[in-house]
Amino acid sequence: MYKNLRWKILTILAVLVLFTGIGVYPLTAMHYGWPLPGWLQAKALKLGLDLKGGVQLTLRVNTDDALRATTVSTSEQLRESLTTQGITPAINPNGATAFRVEGVSQDKDAQFRTNADEITAENYDRNILGSGNYEFRMKPTRERDLREQAVEQTLQTIDRRVNALGVTEPSIARQQGDQILVQMPGISDVARAKEIMGKTAVLEFKLVEAGPGAKDDLLKQYNGALPGDMELLPGSGQESGVFYVVKKIAPVNGQDLRVAKPGLDENNQPAVHFELKSAGAQKFGKLSGDNIGRYLAIVLDNRVVSAPRLEGRITDQGRISGGFTSESANDLSLTLKSGALPASLTYLEESVVGPTLGADSIRSGLIASATGLGLILMFMVMYYKLSGINAIVALVFNLIILLGLMAYIGATMTLPGIAGFVLTMGVGVDSNVLIFERIKEELAAQRGVRAAVNAGFNRVFLTLLDTHIASLISAAFLFQFGTGAIRGFATTLSIGLIVNLFTSIFVSKTLFELELSKRQNPALSI
Amino acid sequence: MHILKNPNFDFVRWKWHAIALSWVIIGAGLLLIWKSGLPRGVEFSGGSIVIVKFAQTPDLDRIRGTLPNGGSNAIVQSYGAPANNSVMIRVHTTGAEAGQGLSATADATVAALNQAGLGPIRATPFCAPGESNCIVGTSIVGPTVGAELQRRGILATVFALAGILVYIAFRFRFSFAVGAVVATIHDLLITLAILAFFRYELSLNVIAALLTLTGYSMNDTIVIFDRIRENTRAMRRDNIGTIVNAAVNQMLDRTIITGGTTMLSVVALYLFGGEVLKGFAFTMIIGIITGTYSSVFIAAAIVVIWQGKGPQAPMKSAPAATASPVAAGGGAVAKKSGKRRAS
Repeated sequence: MYKNLRWKILTILAVLVLFTGIGVYPLTAMHYGWPLPGWLQAKALKLGLDLKGGVQLTLRVNTDDALRATTVSTSEQLRESLTTQGITPAINPNGATAFRVEGVSQDKDAQFRTNADEITAENYDRNILGSGNYEFRMKPTRERDLREQAVEQTLQTIDRRVNALGVTEPSIARQQGDQILVQMPGISDVARAKEIMGKTAVLEFKLVEAGPGAKDDLLKQYNGALPGDMELLPGSGQESGVFYVVKKIAPVNGQDLRVAKPGLDENNQPAVHFELKSAGAQKFGKLSGDNIGRYLAIVLDNRVVSAPRLEGRITDQGRISGGFTSESANDLSLTLKSGALPASLTYLEESVVGPTLGADSIRSGLIASATGLGLILMFMVMYYKLSGINAIVALVFNLIILLGLMAYIGATMTLPGIAGFVLTMGVGVDSNVLIFERIKEELAAQRGVRAAVNAGFNRVFLTLLDTHIASLISAAFLFQFGTGAIRGFATTLSIGLIVNLFTSIFVSKTLFELELSKRQNPALSI
Repeated sequence: MHILKNPNFDFVRWKWHAIALSWVIIGAGLLLIWKSGLPRGVEFSGGSIVIVKFAQTPDLDRIRGTLPNGGSNAIVQSYGAPANNSVMIRVHTTGAEAGQGLSATADATVAALNQAGLGPIRATPFCAPGESNCIVGTSIVGPTVGAELQRRGILATVFALAGILVYIAFRFRFSFAVGAVVATIHDLLITLAILAFFRYELSLNVIAALLTLTGYSMNDTIVIFDRIRENTRAMRRDNIGTIVNAAVNQMLDRTIITGGTTMLSVVALYLFGGEVLKGFAFTMIIGIITGTYSSVFIAAAIVVIWQGKGPQAPMKSAPAATASPVAAGGGAVAKKSGKRRAS
């Protein structure tokens, strides 16, 4: 009677089996401990942080820090080079992206310019301020690149650190501009996570010029003004309260590290052992060999952790000790190993969902969906009688396929996503109501049952297409401009809308055809 | 089964009354928003939320009293089911405004509770199942994030409306597109007004609900427009008012049933969906009511006002009406209503 009815039914059954397998089965199997192959488990629908529990942080990379570091290191390099040629102007940074050189004598001017251009021309524009004064300003393209690099490098460093923390399935993603979103499911100790992620962990080895001592005493030794190539740094840990005067330039730094691991020092106190890469070992050998008898400050994030005396030439190994607990030694070696952050971080947003809160949300979400579904089903059967069952089958198919598709494309189920589910039910019912009402009208206009059903589906198809496309348009913009959980909602709703076109037209119509194909003069219970 | 047997209401006749009523509600709402603002959730205003689970039923006033400044800038309310003994404490600032770490305010809140002997509340790690006197969750939003979210929310709404305007103009007529968009803006404004009356907070979920109801309201409107489009063919000699009335009446059963069933699922969400989805569900409830009302009274009314009273030329994209006798039957219904109007 109806063409291809058998094929249509087979298609529907195949789709149903497929999506039950991808979507419903893994979730049920995981809950009840049924057998589940690994590849299927990997495809199981992922829960968002709001349901699973965990920590979510939005942070901003203060990219100015990275620019400032480049500016300081370039100006120090210039100073060193000039000093060897007997040129000693005042060199001072001016903001994050510029530095000034003041008081270059007339006779050395040409020599200065050649020298300066050699070192700075790649990254800085030289502006002449007159009377032997110059300003070097970072090139805008270079500034943009450096900022971009700083964010990317921070992203990678945080990724390494979070993975080293042992967080399962973390997500570290770049947001707009200089913002990074970090999601760490399953943990709720936000303080430690922030501490480890946010530590800049810039390790530097700098020669001590004076100290330890009180700030004022040290400054007095230099008549109140430090020479340009030196800086005053506070101590930390067991050195806290005292200050050191150290060289600004650090011949060896954290980038030369190969390994860092927690261990003990000679007094059995927690310490961090490190090994250097070969280039770093060469530099370290030269630094320690040339300065035997002097003190070397181990500087972490601009604080002197300790300042041991150089007893001999050291090449590829060393130890940082000084007031660590075993946890802080552990954390420090973790951060050192993962590399320094090129810039400090500012936390913009943090949210912690405890494990019980997530479980509560899942439970209430399920109860709400089940209640909604139950009420709708009751109404449909009461109002549309046997045809109502068609609608119910189509609706349940819709939800199963939706779940399967979400699992298949790797979408994340969030709390607003559950709201999307509930709303999809609403849309699904509406499609069926439209079709059924139309069939009723056609029947009232004295059409045969088969013709009425056909006309009902055909006419309403256009309406459904229009309404669904309009809804998809608004869902698309919701996805485009939404963040996090809202995107979860938009995704669920969009997929639900598309699936609904299939179920309410194809599945529901096939069911009608199946019923009507049995008898010669069928009646319709609607 | 029918909800209404052959409904034949003259909706178009009430268009000016409907528009006036809507303006009254929108006007009152806007006035309220203008005078006292719309309460904004932490996602937009920035702030710190701490949800604490106590061992016994907590005394909200006592908790409020222990907070810094006597809790004057804090909102304290019970969270979730009463048996959970959980309280949500909201402070409209974060540590960042005071130049401290972002979480400083939240930490200070917990410290204040402990100091007042309401604890000891363990700050971290968070509550394990069955545990009490611990923290269930926190959410801290710095001041810069809110502005960005607000911008995105507005952009999403504007673009969605513009997209739908173009789509409907393409599929129907420009006057229909204007009617649909005006009806949707009307629904957004009415919902905002009601939210303001109930002092509901504008949270991220409420924004999601506002955008969803944009889609819902469009949906409802398009269904009726679709029938108007069909009727313009079958009822060539009738004026637009008659055609619109016929369409609205023909679709009345469907409008009521769809509104009702969607309402069922949203009410279930409101009652059982938990604290977080409550704002979403409430907004949707209002949205469904006004969305249904506006597609019957506002969208159709604007088409009638725009198109005037002359006979209508059929739309190009209208499907052949001769294929379906229903449109003609609808015409008969509509003609009757037209006569009644004339008498």
